[in-house]
Amino acid sequence: MDFIASSAGVWGWNKILANFGYMASVVMFILAIMRLSKVRTARGANMLAAGAMLLAIVSTFVEMGAINPAYIIAGLIVGGAIGAVMAKKVQMTQMPEMVALLNGFGGLASTFVAMATFFSVSEHGGSGNLARMMMREGGGFGGFNLVLTLIVGSVTFTGSIIAFLKLSEKMAGRPILLPGRHVINAGLLLLALGIGGFAVWGPSSTVLTGTILLFIVVVTLALGITLVIPIGGGDMPVVISLLNSYSGIAGALAGFTINEPVLVVSGSLVGASGLILTQIMCKAMNRSLANVMFGGFGAEPAAGGTGGGKEEYTKVKSAEGEEVAMILSDVQSLIFVPGYGMAVSQAQHLVRELGDMLTERGCQVRYAIHPVAGRMPGHMNVLLAEANVPYEQLFELDQINGEFKNTDAVIVIGANDVVNPDAVDKKDSPLYGMPVLNVWEARTCFVIKRSLSPGFAMVKNPLFEADNNYMVFGDGRKALEDIIKSLKEA
Amino acid sequence: MDTGAILMLIYVFVLACFAGYQLISKVPPTLHTPLMSGANAISGITILGAMLATREAAGQWGPHASTIVGFFAVVLASINVVGGFMVTDRMMGMFKSKG
Repeated sequence: MDFIASSAGVWGWNKILANFGYMASVVMFILAIMRLSKVRTARGANMLAAGAMLLAIVSTFVEMGAINPAYIIAGLIVGGAIGAVMAKKVQMTQMPEMVALLNGFGGLASTFVAMATFFSVSEHGGSGNLARMMMREGGGFGGFNLVLTLIVGSVTFTGSIIAFLKLSEKMAGRPILLPGRHVINAGLLLLALGIGGFAVWGPSSTVLTGTILLFIVVVTLALGITLVIPIGGGDMPVVISLLNSYSGIAGALAGFTINEPVLVVSGSLVGASGLILTQIMCKAMNRSLANVMFGGFGAEPAAGGTGGGKEEYTKVKSAEGEEVAMILSDVQSLIFVPGYGMAVSQAQHLVRELGDMLTERGCQVRYAIHPVAGRMPGHMNVLLAEANVPYEQLFELDQINGEFKNTDAVIVIGANDVVNPDAVDKKDSPLYGMPVLNVWEARTCFVIKRSLSPGFAMVKNPLFEADNNYMVFGDGRKALEDIIKSLKEA
Repeated sequence: MDTGAILMLIYVFVLACFAGYQLISKVPPTLHTPLMSGANAISGITILGAMLATREAAGQWGPHASTIVGFFAVVLASINVVGGFMVTDRMMGMFKSKG
Protein backbone atom coordinates (compact mmCIF):
# COMPACT_ATOMS: atom_id res chain seq x y z
CA MET A 1 0.00 0.00 0.00
CA ASP A 2 2.00 2.85 -1.32
CA PHE A 3 -0.15 5.92 -1.24
CA ILE A 4 1.67 7.38 1.73
CA ALA A 5 4.39 9.52 0.19
CA SER A 6 7.00 8.75 2.83
CA SER A 7 6.90 5.01 2.22
CA ALA A 8 6.91 5.17 -1.57
CA GLY A 9 9.90 3.39 -2.97
CA VAL A 10 11.73 3.00 0.33
CA TRP A 11 10.94 -0.06 2.40
CA GLY A 12 11.51 0.38 6.11
CA TRP A 13 12.43 -2.55 8.34
CA ASN A 14 8.89 -2.67 9.70
CA LYS A 15 7.38 -3.13 6.26
CA ILE A 16 9.83 -5.93 5.46
CA LEU A 17 9.11 -7.64 8.77
CA ALA A 18 5.36 -7.28 8.21
CA ASN A 19 5.68 -8.97 4.83
CA PHE A 20 7.31 -11.99 6.41
CA GLY A 21 4.34 -12.07 8.77
CA TYR A 22 1.93 -11.98 5.81
CA MET A 23 3.84 -14.78 4.13
CA ALA A 24 3.60 -16.96 7.23
CA SER A 25 -0.10 -16.26 7.55
CA VAL A 26 -0.75 -17.26 3.92
CA VAL A 27 1.06 -20.55 4.54
CA MET A 28 -1.03 -21.08 7.69
CA PHE A 29 -4.29 -20.43 5.78
CA ILE A 30 -3.36 -23.03 3.18
CA LEU A 31 -2.31 -25.57 5.82
CA ALA A 32 -5.62 -24.93 7.60
CA ILE A 33 -7.60 -25.73 4.47
CA MET A 34 -5.58 -28.90 3.94
CA ARG A 35 -6.45 -30.00 7.47
CA LEU A 36 -10.15 -29.43 6.78
CA SER A 37 -10.17 -32.61 4.70
CA LYS A 38 -10.74 -34.75 7.82
CA VAL A 39 -13.34 -34.25 10.53
CA ARG A 40 -10.76 -35.25 13.14
CA THR A 41 -8.39 -32.40 12.30
CA ALA A 42 -11.01 -29.84 11.28
CA ARG A 43 -11.40 -28.05 14.60
CA GLY A 44 -7.66 -27.54 14.87
CA ALA A 45 -7.68 -26.30 11.27
CA ASN A 46 -10.14 -23.58 12.20
CA MET A 47 -7.94 -22.55 15.14
CA LEU A 48 -4.96 -22.43 12.78
CA ALA A 49 -6.85 -20.18 10.36
CA ALA A 50 -7.84 -17.90 13.26
CA GLY A 51 -4.17 -17.76 14.28
CA ALA A 52 -3.24 -16.86 10.70
CA MET A 53 -5.73 -13.99 10.79
CA LEU A 54 -4.35 -12.75 14.10
CA LEU A 55 -0.81 -12.86 12.71
CA ALA A 56 -1.92 -10.91 9.63
CA ILE A 57 -3.56 -8.24 11.82
CA VAL A 58 -0.49 -7.92 14.05
CA SER A 59 1.72 -7.69 10.94
CA THR A 60 -0.45 -4.84 9.67
CA PHE A 61 0.10 -2.94 12.91
CA VAL A 62 3.84 -3.54 12.49
CA GLU A 63 3.68 -2.28 8.89
CA MET A 64 1.84 0.88 9.91
CA GLY A 65 4.38 1.71 12.62
CA ALA A 66 3.68 4.74 14.77
CA ILE A 67 0.08 5.73 14.11
CA ASN A 68 -2.89 6.70 16.21
CA PRO A 69 -4.69 3.38 16.47
CA ALA A 70 -7.78 4.68 18.29
CA TYR A 71 -10.25 4.23 15.43
CA ILE A 72 -8.86 0.86 14.41
CA ILE A 73 -9.00 -0.52 17.92
CA ALA A 74 -12.49 0.88 18.47
CA GLY A 75 -13.61 -0.80 15.24
CA LEU A 76 -12.05 -4.11 16.21
CA ILE A 77 -13.78 -4.06 19.59
CA VAL A 78 -17.21 -3.06 18.28
CA GLY A 79 -17.14 -5.52 15.37
CA GLY A 80 -15.59 -8.29 17.44
CA ALA A 81 -18.28 -7.95 20.11
CA ILE A 82 -21.10 -8.05 17.55
CA GLY A 83 -19.53 -11.09 15.87
CA ALA A 84 -19.06 -12.90 19.17
CA VAL A 85 -22.68 -12.35 20.21
CA MET A 86 -23.94 -13.54 16.82
CA ALA A 87 -21.78 -16.67 16.99
CA LYS A 88 -22.96 -17.53 20.51
CA LYS A 89 -26.65 -16.88 19.94
CA VAL A 90 -27.30 -18.37 16.52
CA GLN A 91 -29.20 -21.63 16.42
CA MET A 92 -27.97 -24.37 14.13
CA THR A 93 -31.18 -24.23 12.11
CA GLN A 94 -30.38 -20.56 11.44
CA MET A 95 -26.86 -21.14 10.10
CA PRO A 96 -27.88 -20.33 6.50
CA GLU A 97 -29.16 -16.93 7.65
CA MET A 98 -25.97 -16.24 9.57
CA VAL A 99 -23.77 -17.20 6.61
CA ALA A 100 -25.91 -15.01 4.34
CA LEU A 101 -25.45 -12.04 6.70
CA LEU A 102 -21.70 -12.59 6.99
CA ASN A 103 -21.42 -12.81 3.19
CA GLY A 104 -23.17 -9.46 3.04
CA PHE A 105 -20.93 -7.84 5.66
CA GLY A 106 -17.86 -9.15 3.83
CA GLY A 107 -19.07 -7.57 0.59
CA LEU A 108 -19.90 -4.24 2.24
CA ALA A 109 -16.53 -4.20 4.02
CA SER A 110 -14.82 -4.46 0.61
CA THR A 111 -16.97 -1.63 -0.75
CA PHE A 112 -15.98 0.54 2.22
CA VAL A 113 -12.29 -0.34 1.82
CA ALA A 114 -12.47 0.78 -1.81
CA MET A 115 -14.25 4.05 -0.90
CA ALA A 116 -11.82 4.71 1.95
CA THR A 117 -8.93 4.12 -0.45
CA PHE A 118 -10.41 6.74 -2.80
CA PHE A 119 -10.70 9.27 0.05
CA SER A 120 -7.23 8.42 1.23
CA VAL A 121 -5.55 9.05 -2.13
CA SER A 122 -7.43 12.32 -2.48
CA GLU A 123 -6.37 13.37 1.03
CA HIS A 124 -2.79 12.72 -0.04
CA GLY A 125 -2.98 15.13 -2.92
CA GLY A 126 -4.31 12.89 -5.67
CA SER A 127 -6.78 14.66 -7.95
CA GLY A 128 -8.63 14.28 -11.22
CA ASN A 129 -9.73 10.95 -12.61
CA LEU A 130 -9.06 7.65 -10.86
CA ALA A 131 -6.19 6.66 -13.13
CA ARG A 132 -4.36 9.88 -12.29
CA MET A 133 -5.24 9.74 -8.60
CA MET A 134 -4.00 6.20 -8.32
CA MET A 135 -0.81 6.66 -10.25
CA ARG A 136 1.19 4.85 -7.57
CA GLU A 137 -1.41 2.10 -7.17
CA GLY A 138 -1.33 0.92 -10.77
CA GLY A 139 -2.93 3.87 -12.57
CA GLY A 140 -5.76 2.81 -14.84
CA PHE A 141 -5.51 -0.80 -13.66
CA GLY A 142 -5.72 0.24 -10.00
CA GLY A 143 -8.59 2.61 -10.75
CA PHE A 144 -10.68 0.14 -12.66
CA ASN A 145 -9.95 -2.45 -10.04
CA LEU A 146 -11.32 -0.09 -7.41
CA VAL A 147 -14.49 0.24 -9.49
CA LEU A 148 -14.80 -3.55 -9.73
CA THR A 149 -14.37 -3.87 -5.97
CA LEU A 150 -17.24 -1.42 -5.47
CA ILE A 151 -19.44 -3.35 -7.90
CA VAL A 152 -18.81 -6.86 -6.53
CA GLY A 153 -18.91 -5.69 -2.91
CA SER A 154 -22.22 -3.82 -3.27
CA VAL A 155 -23.96 -6.59 -5.24
CA THR A 156 -22.80 -9.09 -2.62
CA PHE A 157 -24.15 -6.91 0.17
CA THR A 158 -27.74 -6.34 -1.01
CA GLY A 159 -27.96 -9.79 -2.64
CA SER A 160 -27.04 -11.35 0.68
CA ILE A 161 -29.50 -9.21 2.60
CA ILE A 162 -32.32 -10.39 0.30
CA ALA A 163 -31.14 -14.00 0.72
CA PHE A 164 -31.11 -13.47 4.49
CA LEU A 165 -34.66 -12.06 4.45
CA LYS A 166 -35.92 -14.97 2.33
CA LEU A 167 -34.19 -17.60 4.47
CA SER A 168 -35.48 -16.13 7.73
CA GLU A 169 -38.95 -15.83 6.18
CA LYS A 170 -39.09 -12.12 6.90
CA MET A 171 -39.80 -11.91 3.17
CA ALA A 172 -41.89 -14.32 1.10
CA GLY A 173 -39.73 -17.03 -0.43
CA ARG A 174 -41.60 -17.12 -3.72
CA PRO A 175 -39.84 -15.54 -6.70
CA ILE A 176 -40.72 -11.92 -7.48
CA LEU A 177 -40.57 -11.62 -11.24
CA LEU A 178 -40.26 -8.04 -12.46
CA PRO A 179 -41.26 -7.52 -16.10
CA GLY A 180 -38.14 -7.30 -18.26
CA ARG A 181 -35.92 -8.27 -15.34
CA HIS A 182 -33.10 -9.57 -17.53
CA VAL A 183 -32.99 -6.23 -19.33
CA ILE A 184 -33.00 -4.37 -16.00
CA ASN A 185 -30.16 -6.50 -14.62
CA ALA A 186 -28.02 -6.26 -17.74
CA GLY A 187 -28.76 -2.52 -17.95
CA LEU A 188 -27.72 -1.83 -14.36
CA LEU A 189 -24.49 -3.82 -14.76
CA LEU A 190 -23.54 -2.12 -18.03
CA LEU A 191 -24.37 1.28 -16.53
CA ALA A 192 -22.10 0.62 -13.54
CA LEU A 193 -19.24 -0.61 -15.75
CA GLY A 194 -19.71 2.24 -18.23
CA ILE A 195 -19.70 5.09 -15.73
CA GLY A 196 -16.95 3.24 -13.85
CA GLY A 197 -14.81 3.32 -16.98
CA PHE A 198 -15.57 7.04 -17.30
CA ALA A 199 -14.53 7.65 -13.66
CA VAL A 200 -11.18 5.99 -14.33
CA TRP A 201 -10.21 7.91 -17.45
CA GLY A 202 -12.69 10.78 -17.84
CA PRO A 203 -13.21 13.48 -15.22
CA SER A 204 -10.72 16.18 -14.40
CA SER A 205 -12.36 16.98 -11.08
CA THR A 206 -11.94 14.82 -7.99
CA VAL A 207 -15.42 15.76 -6.79
CA LEU A 208 -16.97 14.46 -10.00
CA THR A 209 -14.95 11.24 -9.74
CA GLY A 210 -16.12 10.72 -6.16
CA THR A 211 -19.73 11.45 -7.08
CA ILE A 212 -19.60 8.86 -9.85
CA LEU A 213 -18.16 6.28 -7.46
CA LEU A 214 -21.03 6.87 -5.04
CA PHE A 215 -23.48 6.58 -7.92
CA ILE A 216 -21.90 3.23 -8.90
CA VAL A 217 -22.46 2.02 -5.34
CA VAL A 218 -26.14 3.02 -5.50
CA VAL A 219 -26.65 1.36 -8.89
CA THR A 220 -25.00 -1.91 -7.85
CA LEU A 221 -26.80 -2.00 -4.51
CA ALA A 222 -29.99 -1.97 -6.59
CA LEU A 223 -28.55 -4.64 -8.89
CA GLY A 224 -27.98 -6.97 -5.92
CA ILE A 225 -31.68 -6.69 -5.09
CA THR A 226 -32.99 -7.21 -8.63
CA LEU A 227 -30.68 -10.20 -9.10
CA VAL A 228 -31.87 -12.12 -6.03
CA ILE A 229 -35.60 -11.31 -5.69
CA PRO A 230 -36.54 -13.51 -8.71
CA ILE A 231 -34.93 -16.55 -7.07
CA GLY A 232 -37.17 -18.85 -5.00
CA GLY A 233 -36.58 -19.57 -1.32
CA GLY A 234 -35.75 -23.20 -2.09
CA ASP A 235 -32.86 -22.13 -4.29
CA MET A 236 -31.25 -19.98 -1.60
CA PRO A 237 -28.57 -22.66 -0.85
CA VAL A 238 -27.17 -22.02 -4.33
CA VAL A 239 -27.44 -18.27 -3.89
CA ILE A 240 -25.60 -18.15 -0.57
CA SER A 241 -22.87 -20.43 -1.94
CA LEU A 242 -22.42 -18.11 -4.90
CA LEU A 243 -22.46 -14.98 -2.73
CA ASN A 244 -19.92 -16.67 -0.46
CA SER A 245 -17.71 -16.90 -3.51
CA TYR A 246 -18.37 -13.24 -4.41
CA SER A 247 -17.43 -12.05 -0.93
CA GLY A 248 -14.06 -13.74 -1.44
CA ILE A 249 -13.64 -12.26 -4.90
CA ALA A 250 -14.43 -8.80 -3.51
CA GLY A 251 -11.69 -9.34 -0.94
CA ALA A 252 -9.21 -10.42 -3.63
CA LEU A 253 -10.07 -7.34 -5.71
CA ALA A 254 -9.55 -5.13 -2.67
CA GLY A 255 -6.14 -6.81 -2.40
CA PHE A 256 -5.31 -5.71 -5.96
CA THR A 257 -6.43 -2.17 -5.10
CA ILE A 258 -4.11 -1.84 -2.12
CA ASN A 259 -1.35 -4.11 -3.52
CA GLU A 260 -1.51 -6.68 -0.73
CA PRO A 261 -0.93 -10.31 -1.82
CA VAL A 262 -2.29 -11.75 1.44
CA LEU A 263 -5.73 -10.37 0.55
CA VAL A 264 -5.45 -11.72 -2.97
CA VAL A 265 -4.59 -15.23 -1.75
CA SER A 266 -7.19 -15.42 1.02
CA GLY A 267 -9.87 -13.88 -1.17
CA SER A 268 -9.13 -16.39 -3.94
CA LEU A 269 -9.38 -19.31 -1.50
CA VAL A 270 -12.84 -18.15 -0.42
CA GLY A 271 -13.82 -17.49 -4.02
CA ALA A 272 -12.84 -21.02 -5.02
CA SER A 273 -14.61 -22.53 -2.03
CA GLY A 274 -17.90 -20.80 -2.81
CA LEU A 275 -17.64 -21.77 -6.45
CA ILE A 276 -17.13 -25.48 -5.65
CA LEU A 277 -20.12 -25.49 -3.29
CA THR A 278 -22.24 -23.74 -5.91
CA GLN A 279 -21.37 -26.44 -8.44
CA ILE A 280 -22.17 -29.22 -5.96
CA MET A 281 -25.58 -27.70 -5.15
CA CYS A 282 -26.51 -27.22 -8.81
CA LYS A 283 -25.47 -30.77 -9.66
CA ALA A 284 -27.52 -32.14 -6.75
CA MET A 285 -30.59 -30.37 -8.13
CA ASN A 286 -29.77 -31.29 -11.72
CA ARG A 287 -29.99 -27.68 -12.79
CA SER A 288 -27.58 -25.27 -14.36
CA LEU A 289 -26.43 -22.20 -12.49
CA ALA A 290 -28.08 -20.07 -15.17
CA ASN A 291 -31.39 -21.84 -14.57
CA VAL A 292 -31.17 -21.21 -10.83
CA MET A 293 -30.16 -17.57 -11.22
CA PHE A 294 -32.40 -16.52 -14.09
CA GLY A 295 -35.04 -19.26 -14.46
CA GLY A 296 -37.57 -17.87 -11.98
CA PHE A 297 -37.99 -21.44 -10.72
CA GLY A 298 -40.85 -22.09 -8.33
CA ALA A 299 -43.02 -19.19 -9.49
CA GLU A 300 -45.55 -21.59 -10.99
CA PRO A 301 -45.97 -25.39 -10.98
CA ALA A 302 -43.32 -26.94 -13.19
CA ALA A 303 -44.33 -28.15 -16.64
CA GLY A 304 -45.02 -31.87 -16.78
CA GLY A 305 -46.21 -32.14 -13.20
CA THR A 306 -49.50 -30.72 -12.04
CA GLY A 307 -49.69 -29.98 -8.35
CA GLY A 308 -49.55 -33.52 -7.09
CA GLY A 309 -52.36 -33.05 -4.59
CA LYS A 310 -54.08 -35.71 -2.55
CA GLU A 311 -56.55 -36.61 -5.31
CA GLU A 312 -53.79 -37.92 -7.55
CA TYR A 313 -52.87 -40.75 -5.23
CA THR A 314 -54.99 -43.90 -5.39
CA LYS A 315 -53.44 -46.69 -3.36
CA VAL A 316 -51.58 -45.11 -0.47
CA LYS A 317 -51.01 -47.32 2.57
CA SER A 318 -50.62 -45.67 5.92
CA ALA A 319 -49.36 -46.94 9.26
CA GLU A 320 -49.62 -45.83 12.88
CA GLY A 321 -46.69 -45.60 15.27
CA GLU A 322 -47.54 -48.95 16.82
CA GLU A 323 -47.41 -50.82 13.49
CA VAL A 324 -44.13 -49.12 12.57
CA ALA A 325 -42.64 -50.15 15.92
CA MET A 326 -43.72 -53.73 15.33
CA ILE A 327 -41.87 -53.92 12.03
CA LEU A 328 -38.85 -52.06 13.39
CA SER A 329 -38.59 -54.39 16.38
CA ASP A 330 -36.89 -57.07 14.31
CA VAL A 331 -35.03 -55.27 11.53
CA GLN A 332 -31.29 -55.84 11.15
CA SER A 333 -30.53 -52.66 9.22
CA LEU A 334 -32.14 -49.26 9.03
CA ILE A 335 -31.34 -46.08 7.12
CA PHE A 336 -32.77 -42.71 8.09
CA VAL A 337 -33.31 -40.19 5.30
CA PRO A 338 -33.71 -36.79 6.95
CA GLY A 339 -34.94 -33.68 5.13
CA TYR A 340 -35.39 -30.11 6.21
CA GLY A 341 -38.87 -30.95 7.52
CA MET A 342 -37.15 -32.86 10.31
CA ALA A 343 -35.27 -29.76 11.41
CA VAL A 344 -38.42 -27.62 11.22
CA SER A 345 -40.22 -29.87 13.69
CA GLN A 346 -37.01 -30.13 15.78
CA ALA A 347 -37.22 -33.92 15.56
CA GLN A 348 -33.49 -34.65 15.19
CA HIS A 349 -33.06 -35.55 18.86
CA LEU A 350 -35.93 -38.04 18.67
CA VAL A 351 -34.47 -39.50 15.48
CA ARG A 352 -31.18 -40.06 17.31
CA GLU A 353 -33.04 -41.56 20.29
CA LEU A 354 -34.83 -44.03 18.02
CA GLY A 355 -31.53 -44.77 16.28
CA ASP A 356 -29.85 -45.48 19.62
CA MET A 357 -32.67 -47.81 20.72
CA LEU A 358 -32.37 -49.83 17.52
CA THR A 359 -28.56 -49.90 17.75
CA GLU A 360 -28.89 -51.39 21.23
CA ARG A 361 -31.10 -54.09 19.77
CA GLY A 362 -28.29 -55.00 17.37
CA CYS A 363 -29.62 -53.17 14.33
CA GLN A 364 -27.21 -51.36 12.00
CA VAL A 365 -28.31 -47.71 11.86
CA ARG A 366 -27.12 -45.28 9.19
CA TYR A 367 -28.15 -41.87 7.88
CA ALA A 368 -28.33 -41.01 4.19
CA ILE A 369 -27.74 -37.31 3.53
CA HIS A 370 -28.76 -35.83 0.20
CA PRO A 371 -26.64 -32.79 -0.73
CA VAL A 372 -29.71 -30.53 -0.74
CA ALA A 373 -31.34 -32.05 2.35
CA GLY A 374 -30.75 -28.94 4.45
CA ARG A 375 -30.89 -25.30 3.54
CA MET A 376 -27.23 -24.92 2.78
CA PRO A 377 -24.40 -27.30 1.85
CA GLY A 378 -23.73 -29.69 4.75
CA HIS A 379 -26.50 -28.22 6.90
CA MET A 380 -28.15 -31.54 7.73
CA ASN A 381 -24.84 -32.97 8.95
CA VAL A 382 -24.48 -30.10 11.43
CA LEU A 383 -28.07 -30.51 12.66
CA LEU A 384 -27.52 -34.23 13.25
CA ALA A 385 -24.12 -33.62 14.86
CA GLU A 386 -25.83 -31.22 17.25
CA ALA A 387 -28.21 -34.06 18.17
CA ASN A 388 -25.12 -36.19 18.97
CA VAL A 389 -25.33 -38.50 15.97
CA PRO A 390 -21.74 -39.78 15.46
CA TYR A 391 -20.41 -38.57 12.13
CA GLU A 392 -19.39 -42.10 11.10
CA GLN A 393 -23.10 -42.88 10.72
CA LEU A 394 -23.65 -40.10 8.17
CA PHE A 395 -23.30 -41.16 4.53
CA GLU A 396 -23.35 -39.22 1.30
CA LEU A 397 -25.57 -40.12 -1.61
CA ASP A 398 -22.84 -41.89 -3.62
CA GLN A 399 -21.68 -43.89 -0.64
CA ILE A 400 -25.07 -45.22 0.38
CA ASN A 401 -27.19 -45.49 -2.74
CA GLY A 402 -25.97 -49.03 -3.42
CA GLU A 403 -26.90 -50.09 0.12
CA PHE A 404 -30.67 -49.58 0.07
CA LYS A 405 -31.35 -52.87 -1.70
CA ASN A 406 -29.73 -54.77 1.20
CA THR A 407 -31.51 -52.77 3.86
CA ASP A 408 -34.52 -53.93 5.90
CA ALA A 409 -36.12 -50.58 6.59
CA VAL A 410 -35.86 -46.91 5.65
CA ILE A 411 -37.42 -44.01 7.52
CA VAL A 412 -37.82 -40.86 5.42
CA ILE A 413 -38.59 -37.88 7.59
CA GLY A 414 -39.40 -34.45 6.22
CA ALA A 415 -38.00 -35.14 2.74
CA ASN A 416 -39.87 -35.49 -0.56
CA ASP A 417 -38.28 -34.58 -3.90
CA VAL A 418 -34.93 -36.17 -2.98
CA VAL A 419 -36.59 -39.62 -2.73
CA ASN A 420 -38.75 -39.36 -5.87
CA PRO A 421 -38.28 -42.43 -8.13
CA ASP A 422 -39.49 -40.43 -11.16
CA ALA A 423 -36.07 -38.77 -11.16
CA VAL A 424 -34.62 -42.13 -12.20
CA ASP A 425 -37.12 -43.59 -14.65
CA LYS A 426 -39.70 -41.05 -15.83
CA LYS A 427 -38.20 -39.10 -18.69
CA ASP A 428 -40.84 -36.35 -18.82
CA SER A 429 -40.66 -35.58 -15.10
CA PRO A 430 -39.15 -32.19 -14.23
CA LEU A 431 -37.01 -34.06 -11.72
CA TYR A 432 -35.66 -36.53 -14.30
CA GLY A 433 -31.88 -36.84 -14.01
CA MET A 434 -31.64 -35.37 -10.51
CA PRO A 435 -29.59 -37.62 -8.21
CA VAL A 436 -31.98 -39.13 -5.64
CA LEU A 437 -31.77 -41.63 -2.79
CA ASN A 438 -33.13 -45.00 -3.95
CA VAL A 439 -35.14 -45.66 -0.79
CA TRP A 440 -37.76 -47.72 -2.65
CA GLU A 441 -35.18 -50.51 -3.07
CA ALA A 442 -35.27 -51.26 0.68
CA ARG A 443 -37.52 -54.03 1.93
CA THR A 444 -39.82 -51.62 3.76
CA CYS A 445 -39.98 -47.86 3.58
CA PHE A 446 -41.74 -45.44 5.94
CA VAL A 447 -42.36 -41.81 5.04
CA ILE A 448 -43.15 -39.56 8.00
CA LYS A 449 -44.96 -36.55 6.59
CA ARG A 450 -47.90 -34.30 7.46
CA SER A 451 -49.81 -34.90 4.24
CA LEU A 452 -49.38 -35.93 0.61
CA SER A 453 -48.60 -32.35 -0.40
CA PRO A 454 -45.85 -31.90 -3.00
CA GLY A 455 -42.32 -30.71 -2.32
CA PHE A 456 -40.48 -27.74 -3.79
CA ALA A 457 -40.58 -29.17 -7.33
CA MET A 458 -44.42 -29.34 -7.11
CA VAL A 459 -44.68 -32.86 -8.54
CA LYS A 460 -46.29 -36.11 -7.48
CA ASN A 461 -44.10 -38.67 -5.71
CA PRO A 462 -44.91 -42.28 -6.78
CA LEU A 463 -42.95 -43.58 -3.77
CA PHE A 464 -46.01 -42.76 -1.67
CA GLU A 465 -48.04 -45.46 -3.48
CA ALA A 466 -45.28 -48.07 -3.72
CA ASP A 467 -46.17 -51.56 -2.44
CA ASN A 468 -43.42 -51.55 0.17
CA ASN A 469 -44.09 -48.02 1.40
CA TYR A 470 -46.15 -46.88 4.38
CA MET A 471 -47.05 -43.25 5.03
CA VAL A 472 -46.91 -42.22 8.68
CA PHE A 473 -49.04 -39.09 8.68
CA GLY A 474 -48.47 -36.38 11.24
CA ASP A 475 -45.94 -34.05 12.78
CA GLY A 476 -42.40 -35.52 12.80
CA ARG A 477 -41.95 -35.22 16.55
CA LYS A 478 -45.34 -36.71 17.38
CA ALA A 479 -44.88 -39.63 14.98
CA LEU A 480 -41.44 -40.45 16.37
CA GLU A 481 -42.65 -40.20 19.96
CA ASP A 482 -45.38 -42.73 19.15
CA ILE A 483 -42.91 -45.10 17.51
CA ILE A 484 -40.44 -44.84 20.39
CA LYS A 485 -43.18 -45.36 22.99
CA SER A 486 -44.52 -48.46 21.23
CA LEU A 487 -41.02 -49.84 20.71
CA LYS A 488 -40.30 -49.50 24.43
CA GLU A 489 -43.43 -51.50 25.24
CA ALA A 490 -42.71 -54.15 22.62
CA MET B 1 2.73 -0.09 -8.40
CA ASP B 2 4.37 -0.70 -11.78
CA THR B 3 3.41 -3.20 -14.45
CA GLY B 4 5.71 -5.81 -12.94
CA ALA B 5 4.00 -5.59 -9.57
CA ILE B 6 0.59 -5.85 -11.19
CA LEU B 7 1.63 -8.93 -13.16
CA MET B 8 3.06 -10.48 -10.01
CA LEU B 9 -0.26 -10.02 -8.21
CA ILE B 10 -2.08 -11.62 -11.13
CA TYR B 11 0.34 -14.55 -10.88
CA VAL B 12 -0.45 -14.87 -7.18
CA PHE B 13 -4.17 -14.66 -7.92
CA VAL B 14 -4.12 -17.42 -10.55
CA LEU B 15 -1.99 -19.74 -8.43
CA ALA B 16 -4.15 -19.16 -5.35
CA CYS B 17 -7.35 -19.89 -7.29
CA PHE B 18 -5.83 -23.11 -8.59
CA ALA B 19 -4.51 -24.23 -5.20
CA GLY B 20 -7.79 -23.26 -3.52
CA TYR B 21 -9.84 -25.26 -5.99
CA GLN B 22 -7.68 -28.36 -5.54
CA LEU B 23 -7.59 -28.19 -1.75
CA ILE B 24 -11.22 -27.34 -1.14
CA SER B 25 -12.41 -30.15 -3.43
CA LYS B 26 -11.03 -32.49 -0.77
CA VAL B 27 -13.20 -31.13 2.06
CA PRO B 28 -15.86 -33.78 2.84
CA PRO B 29 -19.56 -32.79 2.46
CA THR B 30 -20.09 -33.30 6.20
CA LEU B 31 -17.96 -30.20 6.77
CA HIS B 32 -19.45 -27.98 4.07
CA THR B 33 -21.42 -25.75 6.45
CA PRO B 34 -18.41 -25.08 8.72
CA LEU B 35 -16.36 -24.62 5.55
CA MET B 36 -18.70 -21.81 4.51
CA SER B 37 -18.68 -20.07 7.87
CA GLY B 38 -14.91 -20.49 8.03
CA ALA B 39 -14.70 -18.97 4.54
CA ASN B 40 -16.75 -16.04 5.87
CA ALA B 41 -14.12 -15.55 8.55
CA ILE B 42 -11.26 -15.77 6.04
CA SER B 43 -12.95 -13.28 3.70
CA GLY B 44 -12.74 -10.94 6.70
CA ILE B 45 -9.09 -10.56 5.60
CA THR B 46 -10.29 -7.28 4.07
CA ILE B 47 -9.77 -6.12 7.66
CA LEU B 48 -6.15 -5.46 6.68
CA GLY B 49 -7.23 -3.07 3.94
CA ALA B 50 -9.69 -1.49 6.34
CA MET B 51 -6.99 -0.95 8.97
CA LEU B 52 -4.59 0.58 6.46
CA ALA B 53 -7.30 2.96 5.28
CA THR B 54 -8.16 3.97 8.85
CA ARG B 55 -4.60 4.59 10.01
CA GLU B 56 -4.59 8.36 10.00
CA ALA B 57 -6.90 8.91 12.86
CA ALA B 58 -7.28 12.68 12.73
CA GLY B 59 -6.39 15.55 10.51
CA GLN B 60 -6.44 19.16 11.50
CA TRP B 61 -10.23 19.37 11.52
CA GLY B 62 -11.19 16.03 13.02
CA PRO B 63 -11.11 12.61 11.39
CA HIS B 64 -10.59 12.28 7.64
CA ALA B 65 -13.31 10.88 5.41
CA SER B 66 -11.04 7.88 4.81
CA THR B 67 -10.83 7.28 8.56
CA ILE B 68 -14.60 7.36 9.05
CA VAL B 69 -15.35 5.06 6.11
CA GLY B 70 -12.41 2.87 7.08
CA PHE B 71 -13.70 2.60 10.64
CA PHE B 72 -16.98 1.08 9.39
CA ALA B 73 -14.99 -1.29 7.18
CA VAL B 74 -13.02 -2.40 10.25
CA VAL B 75 -16.27 -2.99 12.18
CA LEU B 76 -17.83 -5.08 9.38
CA ALA B 77 -14.69 -7.10 8.74
CA SER B 78 -14.24 -7.79 12.47
CA ILE B 79 -17.80 -9.11 12.66
CA ASN B 80 -16.85 -11.57 9.93
CA VAL B 81 -13.55 -12.57 11.46
CA VAL B 82 -14.72 -13.04 15.05
CA GLY B 83 -18.24 -14.28 14.24
CA GLY B 84 -17.01 -16.59 11.49
CA PHE B 85 -14.23 -18.30 13.44
CA MET B 86 -16.29 -18.59 16.65
CA VAL B 87 -19.36 -20.11 15.05
CA THR B 88 -17.18 -22.49 13.04
CA ASP B 89 -15.49 -23.63 16.23
CA ARG B 90 -18.89 -24.12 17.85
CA MET B 91 -20.02 -26.34 14.99
CA MET B 92 -16.78 -28.30 14.81
CA GLY B 93 -17.14 -29.03 18.52
CA MET B 94 -20.43 -30.80 17.82
CA PHE B 95 -18.98 -33.37 15.45
CA LYS B 96 -18.34 -36.39 17.62
CA SER B 97 -17.02 -39.80 16.88
CA LYS B 98 -18.64 -43.03 18.11
CA GLY B 99 -15.90 -43.71 20.64
